[in-house]
Order: sequence, then C-alpha cells, then structure tokens
Amino acid sequence: MSEVTIIINEQPITVPAGTTILTAARDVGIEIPTLCHDPEVSRYGGCRLCVVEVAGWGSLPAACVTEVRPGMVIETESARVLEARRTILELLLANHPEDCLTCEKTGACALQDYAYRYGVRRGAFLGERQNHPVEADNPFIVRDMNKCILCGKCVRVCSEVVGRSAIDFSHRGFRARIATALDEGLQQSGCVFCGSCLEVCPVGALTGKQRRGKGRPWEMTSVTTTCPYCGVGCQLKLQVKNQRVIGVMAGGSGLNGRHLCVKGRFGHGFIHHPDRLKKPLLRKAGVLQEVSWSEALAYTAQRLSQIKQHSGGAAIGVLASARISNEENYLLNKFARRVLATNNLDHCARL
Amino acid sequence: MRNLMEACCQRCTHTPASPCSEYLLCRTEGPLCHESKECRQQRKAFIDEVTIPSDSPGRQIIVCGGTGCTSSGAANLVDLLNQEITAHNLGNSVQVKKTSCHGFCENGPILHIKPEGIFYTKVKPKDIQDIVLSHLVNQQVVKRLLYQDTAGNSYPYFQDIPFYAGQTRLLLRNCGQINPESLADYLAVGGYRSLVKVLQQMTPDEVIEEVQRSGLRGRGGAGFPTGRKWASARKAAGDVKYIICNADEGDPGAFMDRSLLEGDPHSVLEGMLIAGFAVGSTKGYIYCRAEYPLAIKRLKIAIHQAQQVGLLGSNIMGSGFQFDIALKEGAGAFVCGEGTALQASIEGLRGMPRVKPPRSTEKGLWEKPTVLNNVETLANIPVLIQTGTEAYRKLGTVKSPGTKIFALSGAVTNPGLVEIPMGQPLREIIFGIGGGIRDGKSFKAVQLGGPSGGCLTEQHLELPVDFDSLTTAGATIGSGGMVVMGEDTCMVDVARFFLAFTQAESCGKCTPCREGTKRMLEILERICQGKADLKDLGDLERLCRVVKNTSLCGLGQACPNPVLSTLQYFREEYLAHIVEKRCPAGVCSSLVRYSIAADRCRGCGLCLKNCPVGAIEGEKKQPHTITAERCIKCGVCLDKCKFGAVLRG
Ligand SMILES: Cc1cc2nc3c(=O)[nH]c(=O)nc-3n(C[C@H](O)[C@H](O)[C@H](O)COP(=O)(O)O)c2cc1C
Ligand code: SF4
Ligand code: SF4
Ligand code: SF4
Ligand code: SF4
Ligand code: SF4
Ligand code: SF4
Ligand code: FES
Repeated sequence: MSEVTIIINEQPITVPAGTTILTAARDVGIEIPTLCHDPEVSRYGGCRLCVVEVAGWGSLPAACVTEVRPGMVIETESARVLEARRTILELLLANHPEDCLTCEKTGACALQDYAYRYGVRRGAFLGERQNHPVEADNPFIVRDMNKCILCGKCVRVCSEVVGRSAIDFSHRGFRARIATALDEGLQQSGCVFCGSCLEVCPVGALTGKQRRGKGRPWEMTSVTTTCPYCGVGCQLKLQVKNQRVIGVMAGGSGLNGRHLCVKGRFGHGFIHHPDRLKKPLLRKAGVLQEVSWSEALAYTAQRLSQIKQHSGGAAIGVLASARISNEENYLLNKFARRVLATNNLDHCARL
Repeated sequence: MRNLMEACCQRCTHTPASPCSEYLLCRTEGPLCHESKECRQQRKAFIDEVTIPSDSPGRQIIVCGGTGCTSSGAANLVDLLNQEITAHNLGNSVQVKKTSCHGFCENGPILHIKPEGIFYTKVKPKDIQDIVLSHLVNQQVVKRLLYQDTAGNSYPYFQDIPFYAGQTRLLLRNCGQINPESLADYLAVGGYRSLVKVLQQMTPDEVIEEVQRSGLRGRGGAGFPTGRKWASARKAAGDVKYIICNADEGDPGAFMDRSLLEGDPHSVLEGMLIAGFAVGSTKGYIYCRAEYPLAIKRLKIAIHQAQQVGLLGSNIMGSGFQFDIALKEGAGAFVCGEGTALQASIEGLRGMPRVKPPRSTEKGLWEKPTVLNNVETLANIPVLIQTGTEAYRKLGTVKSPGTKIFALSGAVTNPGLVEIPMGQPLREIIFGIGGGIRDGKSFKAVQLGGPSGGCLTEQHLELPVDFDSLTTAGATIGSGGMVVMGEDTCMVDVARFFLAFTQAESCGKCTPCREGTKRMLEILERICQGKADLKDLGDLERLCRVVKNTSLCGLGQACPNPVLSTLQYFREEYLAHIVEKRCPAGVCSSLVRYSIAADRCRGCGLCLKNCPVGAIEGEKKQPHTITAERCIKCGVCLDKCKFGAVLRG
C-alpha cells in the first residue's frame, strides 16, 4: 500500500494512504476530540468537533472523515480551530439541560469532558431549548432526548451492528431528533433491548433504567466476568459498588466487544435476589436443609454409584446446560459415558 | 395516419421491438425508405399544424396553461374559445392549443395568436367573444388587450415587448409554443435530432469531448464543468452507471426547472439519453419534488410516449444503445437537492448528505458511478449537440458559455422567467427586461442565488451575471433566483427570512448547521424586534464564520451568505435596529412608530375616531398626538388621514 507523508502540528508523519487525519494524529499521540466518530460503525462526520485546519483550505475539514493527502500541513488546535470547536460546544450546551449534578452520565460524559477541556460554559447563546418528554415506558432504557447531541452513533450501531434499525433520525432543523417509527416507543419498535446504543452514547441521553440513582461511575469497581446465561460466553464488566452489582457493561473484549444481549446486559437482578439459592440443599427427613458443598457432593457421588451398581448406568440420565461452556459440556459428556456408563444424555437447548 | 408518430403507410416497418434506425428523421423529413408524395404531404401537414409557418392558411390560438395563468383564470378559456369558434364556423381554420408557461405570469392569462404573433394579456372570459369576433372574423386586433408598458406604449407582438425583446430564449424556445404533452410537437420543432446525431454519427468519447469543448457548466448552482463530470463517470470502473436528473428545485421562488419540465419535458429526456450514451449508462432517474404535480404528470406522459415509440428501452432506434428512465418523487426537502442526500432519498433512506469524497461520479447511487445533473444543464445538451460548440459558445462569456434562466421576482415591474446570455449586466436584467422597480420606487438591492446566495446593491449593477463575477462581491448566481428589492425593504428582515428557511430545512446531521442556524435566526429575530445589542452582532458574525467553515454540506456552508452580504453592504441598517431601535425601511413591526406631524395635522379627528385602541388624543382643529405605549401599530390612522399628517418610521 502506498504511503503518504503529512505534517501535523509541525510533526512530519508517514501513514498508509487512506488513513484519516484523526487516525494519523492519534498515531503520534495528538488527541482530536470526537463525539460522533466510532471506529466500529460507518464514517459519519456529523458533530464537527474534530475539525482541523489544513493549510490552503478555506473551510475546516472534519478529521474523522478526511483522508490524508500528500503534503498536507495540518494544525489541530489553531486559533480558527479553537474558535470553531468552542462555538460548536457552546451551541451544543445552549441546547442542553443543566443537569450534570444529577445526570447518570456525569463523570463519564464526553460533552462534559470536552466542555472542561475547552473551558466552555453554558449561556453563550440564549434561546429556545429542545423540550421532549423523557421516555421510560420500557423496563430497561431511559431515553432523554433533551440530552441527545444527535451524534447518530445509536442509529448506526443499531442498524449496522445489531441489525435492528429500531431508531432513526426524524424531523428537520432544530426539531431533528432520534425517534422510533411513528414515535411508538422502543417496545413497539423492534428493539431487542440489547443496549448497544446505550453503550455507544457519548452523553446521558440513553441510560440504563435499573441503575438510575444507584451510583456514580467513580464509585464503582469494574469486575470482568463471563456472562452466566449462555454458551456464547460474552465478557461482562460488572459495575460493583459496596459489594453489590449495580449494572453491567459489555467487557469491551473477547468475541462480543461492546455488545451483549438483553439477558447479559439487563438480566442481573437475580444476583442479589433474596430467593436466590446460594448454598446446596439436601432433603433430610422430608425437609430441605442447607448443607456444605462437600456434603452435597459426597452424597450425590454415593447415590450415583449406588444406582449404577444396583440398576446399571442406563438407569441414569444426564441433562446438560446451555449456560455452561463447550468445554464444560464436553467434560460432562465424558463423565456420563465413561464414569456413569450411560448414553442417556441430552441438552437443554433441545427442549 | 392520425398523427405524426404513426406509420404513413404500410411500407413503414418501424416498431419499438424492431426499430427503424431512421424512425425519427423519417417522421419529420420522410418518408425516407420509400418515395411517396402523399406520405410526404401528410407528414408536412402535421408539422405545419404545430409550427404554423407564416404562410399558413390556418391559425393557432395559444392559451397559456402554465401554473400562473391557470390560477389567474385561464382554465376555461379554451372551452370558451372552442364554443365561440364553433359558433362562428371557424373550426376548420383555427385550432386552439394549450401550452405551458410563457414566463410572463404577472400579465396572465396570456393568449397568443399565430402566425401573426399577436399577444394578448390579462384575458378574461368576457374578452373571448371580442377576440373571436374582432380578431378572427374581422381581422381587427383587440387593442385594449395588448400589453402596455408603464409609459403607456402598446405592443402587439410578443417579440417586441421589452420583457421578451431583451431575452435570448434558447432553452425556453419551446415553452409556451408547443404542446408539452405531445411528442409529435417536440419532433415537429426539431426535437430528438441531437439524439439521432449522437447515435448515428458520434462515439461516446466524441460526445464527451464536444460537451467539454462547449464549456457547459452545471446550472444547479455550483457551475461544475459538465463535460468533466461525464468524463470521470465514464472512466470510473463498473458496468452499472446511473444518470440522475436533479429536479428537486427547492430554492424559494425559483421555478426555472419547473417551467422547463412543464413546458418542454422531452428536451430534458433527450439530454439524459445523450448523457447515458456518453457515460455508458442504461438507467436514468428523475428526482422531482412532489409539489410539482404538473411537471410530474408531464414527465410521466413524456416518458411513456418515448417508451411507446422506442426512444427509451432497449436497442434505441436500432443503435444497440439501451436506456430507460424512472421517476422518483421527492417529499420536498430542500436538502434533498444536494446530490448525496438526493441519492440517499432514491435509495429509500432519509435524505441526509454524506461526506465527499468519494464523489458521485465514482460512488453515487447504490455506490455506482453516477452523473447528477440539473434539469437546465440537461436541457442545454440537445442544443449544444445540434448547434455545435462554436455556435454554442457565441452566447455567453468565455468562462460561462450559453444562456441562463432566471426567476425574476420581487419589486420589479415585470417579474417572470427570463433567459439571457451569460455575462449580461445586472442592470440590463432588472431595468431592461424587468422594467425597473414597481410603482416608481427606487432600487435598493437584488438577492441572487436564494438561501445560498447574497445581496448586491446599486454599485454592483454593472457586474456581468456569470458564474465567477458575482462571487467576489459576495453573491452567486446559484440556480437562478433573482429577487429585486425596492427602497421599502428591510435588509435585516430579508436575512431573517432566508435564515428561517435554512434553519427549517437543515437536515440536522451536523451541529453547526442544525444548532448554529437556530441561534443565528434567534439573533436576527431579536434585531428585528429591537431586542438585540452589539454583543449579539458579534455573536452573529462569529456564527456566520463557524457555520460556513465547518458545516458538512453546501446547505450549511452557504446559508450564512444572506447574512454576510447584508452585513457587508447594509451594516448601518443593522446598527439602526440595534442601537437606535429603528427600522429605517419601516418594515419591522415592533420597531415601527406612528406619529402625527403637528404642522400637517388639521385636527379633523378622523384618526382619533378610527383608532381601535384610543391611542390618539387631541382637541378638534388642534394637532393630534399618538400615545406610543397604547398604539398597537395597526396603521389605521395612516390610511385614514387625508392630509398625510400621520408618519410611520
Ligand atoms: C442544499 C442544496 C440544495 C440543492 N438543490 C439543488 C436543486 O434543487 N437542484 C439542482 O439541480 N441542484 C441543487 N443543488 C446542487 C446539487 O448538489 C448539484 O451540484 C447539482 O445538481 C449538479 O448538477 P449540475 O452540475 O448540472 O449543476 C443543491 C445543493 C445543495 C447543497
Ligand atoms: S449528558 Fe453530560 S453534559 Fe449533559 S447533563 Fe449529563 S453529564 Fe452533563
Ligand atoms: S437496544 Fe439494541 S435494538 Fe434497541 S435501539 Fe438500542 S441498539 Fe437498537
Ligand atoms: S441518543 Fe446518544 S448516541 Fe444517540 S444520537 Fe443522541 S447522543 Fe448520540
Ligand atoms: S450476553 Fe447474551 S449472548 Fe452474551 S453470553 Fe450472555 S446471554 Fe449469551
Ligand atoms: S450542513 Fe446542514 S443540511 Fe448539510 S449535513 Fe449539515 S445539518 Fe445537514
Ligand atoms: S397605528 Fe393604529 S393603534 Fe396606533 S395610533 Fe394609529 S390607529 Fe391607533
Ligand atoms: S468526530 Fe468528526 S465530525 Fe464528529
């Protein structure tokens, strides 16, 4: 592939042709702010926060969608760029609720971070603000379109990664917003509540319903684990505060990346549920009683051996679970055929 | 043989399935495959019926069926004429024909009698009897229906009327002259000859070379060289390519493209066919806004007619060239005129622009190489192929050859559709063709290029109107909107009007355009209401800069132009609103003040009696006064006062 040499902030750098200015700059550690850019979905160029100055160009191109050309001389923080960037942030804030104090996203919000980085406050422009009702008519996702900056990431992830296209832009001009078809709410929209939109939203426009008010990002520790629900084995990051799981984020690694299904992302209510079984139970004299794991295992081994001896392995049946991994299912298979000597083996996924 | 398109006799072998390569020429100059006086005469009779040559024994009465004349009452003139003609037994020598717009709507309904060329204006149903009896029976021109200029001169002939005399109607040649719903009419006046020439005598590369040499530049606003666009689409890899005709025409007040489509749809189809041949495309789309029902109807008819005779389809006129055209109706979003948004809309997506490159000529509709051309650009193609580059370049300037159609509107005496060679000075258009400012008022500014353009002033009137000359002054010819403004126009209000339009039409994709135009509009509204301060003016200028420099597509990039140009040339008017809380033109209602000039007031009390809110006080025969706090600015006192004592300002 051919290479292109350019100069960014007086630093010469050589990158493969077809690289965007944004990527080229990041390669040498120059951070250009972005709100709508996301490497996992298609190029967009909508928020215009990433504009840079290219010598000889009249307008300021968006770094995330402009490919380098030989000899380009780029400045990422020139006076013109800063004026534009601050103005764009001021425009976004002028149409944004004053809610950082109670917002779920505070501390992990790109708009907040960039306002801080560029010293931009609200109030540069007075005037009308969007005023939409907050939508919370479903069990999982709260949509506050007043906080939406229309970066379009949710729209792209839903159509390009999840393949649902449950949401899209509607209306024009100042009235433009993200909506479901005919505004009928997520539950009627074909949304599968995978929450990928929530994962990519840079601001507090999309948040998880269950975790509202339960903790700030900086109060949580993140515990990486594997989803217990199915054999796909998605990586999760449990958001833990005071020994309690408050929420779940995708692990950002492994085969699932930033994506989960509704069960993995939202189905963690059982963890701290009072009805949850935490110790093995053994029926003694007709009553279930808590016992230790070693007692339970020993009792199970003893009974299985007895049955096998008395009636033969064929008297035993084994049902494997979809919630365990392939490897575990393999071991169970071996255990059944070799140790228990039974071929009565089935799997819950067939039921 | 019932019409020109049909076979003259059984010797004609043409069918769309097995087309005769001479079909078109044969219809107008033939028959070509056999010699027959009778066949030839039959064909000539049909052609004469359309063209009405000067020695024609028959007469043709043209009734303008354009949108303007129809709404001013032309609809039933045709029936009335036919009734009268039958009553006077003239049916054999006079035919009545409904055409499309003549571009002179202000003076409609228009009636035009051929071959003598008498041109009647503002014809009412009650005038029909007079026209038939006096003009057709007694050969007396009805003088009172002739066009009269403001000086009182009458003009019997269409070509002498100053509005038409100053024009060069090259693209509009057929508009108002032929029946746009008849393929035969178009053929009779020389239509599809360029297609024949291209298919029979030229290679695709030669066509592109010809278009490149002609210097034709896109009429959709940007002025991009058409030949270069075609060449890059031809070069682009891939065997599926598309031609798109951009008939979205969203600029408020513009109706150039609509008139062409309503008046001469086949010329646009011919342009598309030639583009398809040159580029190597077999499929064309016309993207027309649904608010143009008449244009859509005529396009559908024209496409159907062309398909019927094999001018669209496979193996067109036996040449092996295949091309078809589909019509796509747009929902009337201004941004859908932008190429990439238009393509998204055809694909069934929301009409939102995408970042370029890749250019449409490489990856356009469905990611295939696509040529997108404006209606008027395409209508130029048959003309320049027919006349050849040299003749074509005689019109217009070196860098902007050819003519351009403008929708002249606003405070001029003769608003309408005008076609002029590029390079004419603005003054010529506004004061020559347009007849100057209406009601004897003085000229203040002219807005060119709609929401993407700018305002020019008295000092620019000598500037030639072409693609390049106006840009340095802060305007552009855009797609051809030209709004003339008189002394009583408020320039802040004009800027506010255009911003309100662009804000409502912004697609919402990018922050500067979506949010920036909103704040610009709010500032302009505050200025008009007298609620703005000098910081607002600074903010407005900064927003103009940022929105222009950072927006994603042409809509956002160009939308500050109306503000920037009015700020440049009418800054004192902005300052009057902001600092003095005064609207010098007396337009901004919140800033208007009514007062009574004591020296002129006779104390008649008429204003006092009529003021709906009792804001006027005064003794009889003593000068009256208006209490500003109570006045609701209804203007009644101004209308009522017989002594001109009430002042507005
Ligand atoms: C917001 C916007 C609206 C536009 N609307 C139109 C339109 O209505 N008709 C048109 O022909 N071109 C329109 N254009 C220009 C087109 O993008 C494109 O340049 C043109 O159709 C190309 O054709 P041409 O080369 O024949 O002029 C518009 C551009 C922008 C940015
Ligand atoms: S979305 Fe971000 S900027 Fe907006 S209120 Fe929440 S934390 Fe603050
Ligand atoms: S939860 Fe998933 S399916 Fe629903 S809108 Fe978000 S991304 Fe689309
Ligand atoms: S909801 Fe979030 S992700 Fe979606 S457009 Fe708004 S800010 Fe972007
Ligand atoms: S998140 Fe869904 S798909 Fe992934 S492991 Fe859990 S249940 Fe399976
Ligand atoms: S400039 Fe305006 S119309 Fe163009 S993409 Fe941006 S928001 Fe949409
Ligand atoms: S403008 Fe109307 S309200 Fe004001 S003084 Fe005149 S009549 Fe009265
Ligand atoms: S990050 Fe580049 S435009 Fe949004």
